[in-house]
Amino acid sequence: MMDLQIASQISSFLAALVLLTAFGMLVQKRVYGLIHLFAWQGLFLSLNTAVVGFVANKHHLYISSVLTLSLKVVLLPYILHVLINRLKIRKEVETVVNIPMTMMIGIALVIFSYHLTAPIRQLSTLITRSTLAVALATVMLGLLMMITRRHAVTQIIGFLALENGLFFAATSATYGMPLVVELGVALDVLIAAFIFGIFFFHIHTTFDSLDVEQMAKLKEEN
Amino acid sequence: MMDPLNLAGSAIFLLLGMAVLALLLGRRQRLLVVVSFAVSAVASLSATVAGVRVVGWSTTSQAIMSIGLPDLPFHLRLDPLAGFFITVVGILSFVVSIYSIGYVREISKQRPISRLVIFYALFLAGMFMVIIADDALFFLISWELMAAASYFLVLFEDERVENRRAAFLYMVVAHVGALAILLSFGVMSGLATGFEGFHGYTFDAMRQAEFPAVWATAAFLLAFFGFAAKAGVIPLHIWLPEAHPVAPSNISALMSGVMLKTAIYGIVRVTFDLIGVFPWWWGSIVLVFGLISAVMGVLYALMQHDLKRLLAYHSVENIGIILIGIGLSMIFRSFDFPLLSSLALIAGLYHTLNHAIFKGLLFMGAGAVLHASHERNMEEMGGLIHLMPWTAALFLVGSVSIAGLPPFNGFVSEWLTFQAFLLSPSLPSPLMKLLIPLGAALLALTAALAAACFVKAFGVTFLGHWRGHHQPHVQEVDWFMRSGMIIAALLCLALGVLPTVVIDWMDTVPEQLVGSRIGTTAGAFGWMWLTPVAPERASYSGPLVFLVTLSVIVIAYLLLHVRSGSITRVPLWDCGFEKVTPRMQYTATAFAMPIRRIFGFFFHIREQVKMNPQAPHRTVPGRMQYTLRIRDRFWGWLYRPLVDASFWLSRRVGRLQQGRIQAYLIYSFVTIIVLLLFLR
Amino acid sequence: MNLYPFMTEILQIMIVLGISPAFVGWVRMLKCWSQGRTSAGLFQPYRDIRKLFAKNVVLAENASWVFRFTPYLVFGTTVLAGGIIPMLSVDLPLSATADVIVLVALFAIARFFTALAGMDIGTAFGGMGSSREMTIASLAEPAMLMAIFTLSLACRSTSLSQIVTVIFSGQIQLRPYLAFAFLAFVLISLAETGRIPVDNPATHLELTMVHEAMILEYSGRHLALIEWAGMMKLMLFMALGAVLFFPWGIDVTATAAGAVRAFLFLLLKLGASGVVLVLIETGLAKMRLFRLTEFLGSAFLLATLGMLAYYILD
Repeated sequence: MMDLQIASQISSFLAALVLLTAFGMLVQKRVYGLIHLFAWQGLFLSLNTAVVGFVANKHHLYISSVLTLSLKVVLLPYILHVLINRLKIRKEVETVVNIPMTMMIGIALVIFSYHLTAPIRQLSTLITRSTLAVALATVMLGLLMMITRRHAVTQIIGFLALENGLFFAATSATYGMPLVVELGVALDVLIAAFIFGIFFFHIHTTFDSLDVEQMAKLKEEN
Repeated sequence: MMDPLNLAGSAIFLLLGMAVLALLLGRRQRLLVVVSFAVSAVASLSATVAGVRVVGWSTTSQAIMSIGLPDLPFHLRLDPLAGFFITVVGILSFVVSIYSIGYVREISKQRPISRLVIFYALFLAGMFMVIIADDALFFLISWELMAAASYFLVLFEDERVENRRAAFLYMVVAHVGALAILLSFGVMSGLATGFEGFHGYTFDAMRQAEFPAVWATAAFLLAFFGFAAKAGVIPLHIWLPEAHPVAPSNISALMSGVMLKTAIYGIVRVTFDLIGVFPWWWGSIVLVFGLISAVMGVLYALMQHDLKRLLAYHSVENIGIILIGIGLSMIFRSFDFPLLSSLALIAGLYHTLNHAIFKGLLFMGAGAVLHASHERNMEEMGGLIHLMPWTAALFLVGSVSIAGLPPFNGFVSEWLTFQAFLLSPSLPSPLMKLLIPLGAALLALTAALAAACFVKAFGVTFLGHWRGHHQPHVQEVDWFMRSGMIIAALLCLALGVLPTVVIDWMDTVPEQLVGSRIGTTAGAFGWMWLTPVAPERASYSGPLVFLVTLSVIVIAYLLLHVRSGSITRVPLWDCGFEKVTPRMQYTATAFAMPIRRIFGFFFHIREQVKMNPQAPHRTVPGRMQYTLRIRDRFWGWLYRPLVDASFWLSRRVGRLQQGRIQAYLIYSFVTIIVLLLFLR
Repeated sequence: MNLYPFMTEILQIMIVLGISPAFVGWVRMLKCWSQGRTSAGLFQPYRDIRKLFAKNVVLAENASWVFRFTPYLVFGTTVLAGGIIPMLSVDLPLSATADVIVLVALFAIARFFTALAGMDIGTAFGGMGSSREMTIASLAEPAMLMAIFTLSLACRSTSLSQIVTVIFSGQIQLRPYLAFAFLAFVLISLAETGRIPVDNPATHLELTMVHEAMILEYSGRHLALIEWAGMMKLMLFMALGAVLFFPWGIDVTATAAGAVRAFLFLLLKLGASGVVLVLIETGLAKMRLFRLTEFLGSAFLLATLGMLAYYILD
């Protein structure tokens, strides 16, 4: 019983770290640092999944933990590394508009997601119920990141962070989705990453930049 | 022993009598100044005594005066709440009256002051009357007396265009507010008796009536709007930084220090006393507007370089802090936590008292500076501490108090407000538990920015060198003005060092309003320790903080002076820089620059640097010109469209003016027909 | 009347007065080692202070009494703060006079007067330092209070002794909000004590000075008092962090042996915090003034997340 209690404390601690990395990504300016943060977030997520698997005694969660580890901590960051090395945007520093303001919006989103999940908290009996709010907040912060950034690579990282949040939500709300679904999602994410990579090359060769503002040129003249 | 209500009543009659006397003494200006302000000091003091006694004894006395309209006599009542506000108004008007003897005597050398004296007396009388009024009619009459008298006081130096403009703006906002208050009372009295009788206009009837939720909300919102307009709550603050600086400084002290407090009184009276039962979100409205006013008020204050305007914006900030306390108290009350509610209410009311005194002190100090240097622009001042040592020291006391630093009084009330914030975990709603502590962070931001602002205000005005082009002949103000400020400064210290005594005294007010005292817990460990709720929860000992710091200072000083070397006075060093001129000092604008940049999106800033092309050499730039205009965003957001709309509307309405009698007859005829249709 | 708490109190104030120069010496030593320089030794700050006390005061012509009063006031409030923080024992008489909000306010009043002293002389540097210091303070103070409020909410008290007792008693173990609050506290301590990346205590370069710019004109015993108070402030912040977040070894039994043990633990913790401080300072570069918004914004964010985590995750 004591073990369970400690495990659930560790789980909530890891949830806090996931939230922290989500905020870190929101304010990080360097692309390189962003990828590192993303990898860290994946690591915390996978650890958390393993811990939840231990607490809930669901063994398939161990598999999805390993899956997360290999995919989000190793493979995707590696792909992104290769990508930015090829595109020679390693040192690029992105100007993020008004970081303190973004932080405040982020805090508001956390409070909002807490408010949204409050009814579920009361209904649910799972040990992980309190991390649901964090999971939802991670999703929203990923979306916020996609909105506030202009660089295509940071947008894809935002998207991946959003996916992390969804995965986290599934873990904390229902002790994870069925394994088949998770495998499918993992495959989807992987394929999405490849497709994005291909698109980046095309965007880069067309506009000579990965600033998504450039896409505004594509609209019809009026 | 006189009954407190009689005492307060006679103070009011004394003031009204003095207004008449001022008419008679019009020829003897110098005598008039001494007599009239001495009389108002006596009247204020007796009102204070009445207030202190009512609060201390927790008595309530009522009276009915059969003057006024037939069958609608005036009702008066002095309960602890009214007593507390009478005390606040009384103390400051006593101090300001003493100060005014010196201040107005100087003005009287330049212009006739009968008008100033008359309206000063009426203004004080109006404020006292508002507080002891116990029916809607008398309240509104007193309210208008107060507003009108202060309007004429703002207009005292009416030869300047900006004064007339400020007074007009003040009048407009005051009347919109008064209209809302009138409507609010109308709703309440209508519901109290039904719309047939008239007797619902007394506050007693409103107290006893039970209002349906919708109408109670309407009454509250109207009253809050009306009183907020008077208190200068953002976004209704727009008149305040215009009107306060242009009035004579003793009047600014009263307007900022106590006139705004009558609006706080109104809010407390209507919500806690007249309506009585309210949902939690009323409290959140008050809290949110309080927070906005506090933060925005201090940010705008930081951008000012007119000393009196700066102080006026600080009134907005402090009204915000008071409303935070009251809002928290309302929230706690609606969730039925009487003890916590009384703690928050005490915090708000304590800050009301504190703000009255330190803001009065600061405006008196600003008046002294203005009077001595004939300068309101801080950018032109500097180094006054050498020429006006008394004023400087007293202004410093006010600055430390308003910045919320121990052991002075501003700190105690802010500390209590923080404690009230930290009690929010008791609330049942999880969302409020999360959101309310964030308000504490905003309050901390406000306090820190206020400290920055007063480093700027005091530092630029009194320290360094004179920045203006030619140094005027400045000398210290006379003893009347000084003693007014000295009393206020001592009160600042006393209220900061002995909070337990004060809270013990004013504890009857929350007892009357929310049915709980905090004195039993606050004073549990003797008069030295202030321990709201429980001693292990939080404690503060003003006397010990003061004494320990003082003794360390004294010991250090004595130890170092046993074998002290002499002090050599030398020219400035400044890291070895040779030609230091006063123009190189940091200006007020420069001081606030980092904060202006960081919080830039709150202001409407227009910054321009012009380079003169005729440079002597291409590496040396010629003359540079820097212009900076900072404006209130609310003016553009809220008021400009409103003004435009009303002009547009009045032009449209103007077209009805045909000038032909037949047209007007048609209007009347159509009106009658429409009315007949509806009232068929 | 039990005299023991009073003895501890006096002992603690003596320790703060006596050890703080050594602590600063320790930090400087570590810094020298990390940069491959020879250090001046642990006791150099004592020699500095003694030298300054012996020197005569050279005062600018137009310095007013504010300028001369400030060193004493700064010293006085810092000593009082040293008596408030429960470093040796939780049973301190002065600890009840002031809770954590008062503690923050005590540092604020010292800062207020230092900034005024900076403006008193009327040099460009003084005003610059004051303006920057007050800007930094106004951003740091909300974060500081927020970090502390997180602890206060968890311990249901703002009294330092009570917070330490609750955390020490083990009712609060591995908690996310504690970690957040601690991280925030570290960032704020760097800002409040004027260390890199916020301010550089070793510089006299005009573009980077903050605290030094304000006290540029001080000399003799005035400077000695201000320097000493600065050393105490640094040590107090480190001790505060150590005592709030890692209260191991503090004396809750009110015995002499307990006090000695608490003292040894305090030395250990201070030594460790010095190492951490030097690691941070060596790893980071001084920030531009306007980057500080982000730095202190992050501190505020962490503190707020701590508070949110307290409600969300517990």
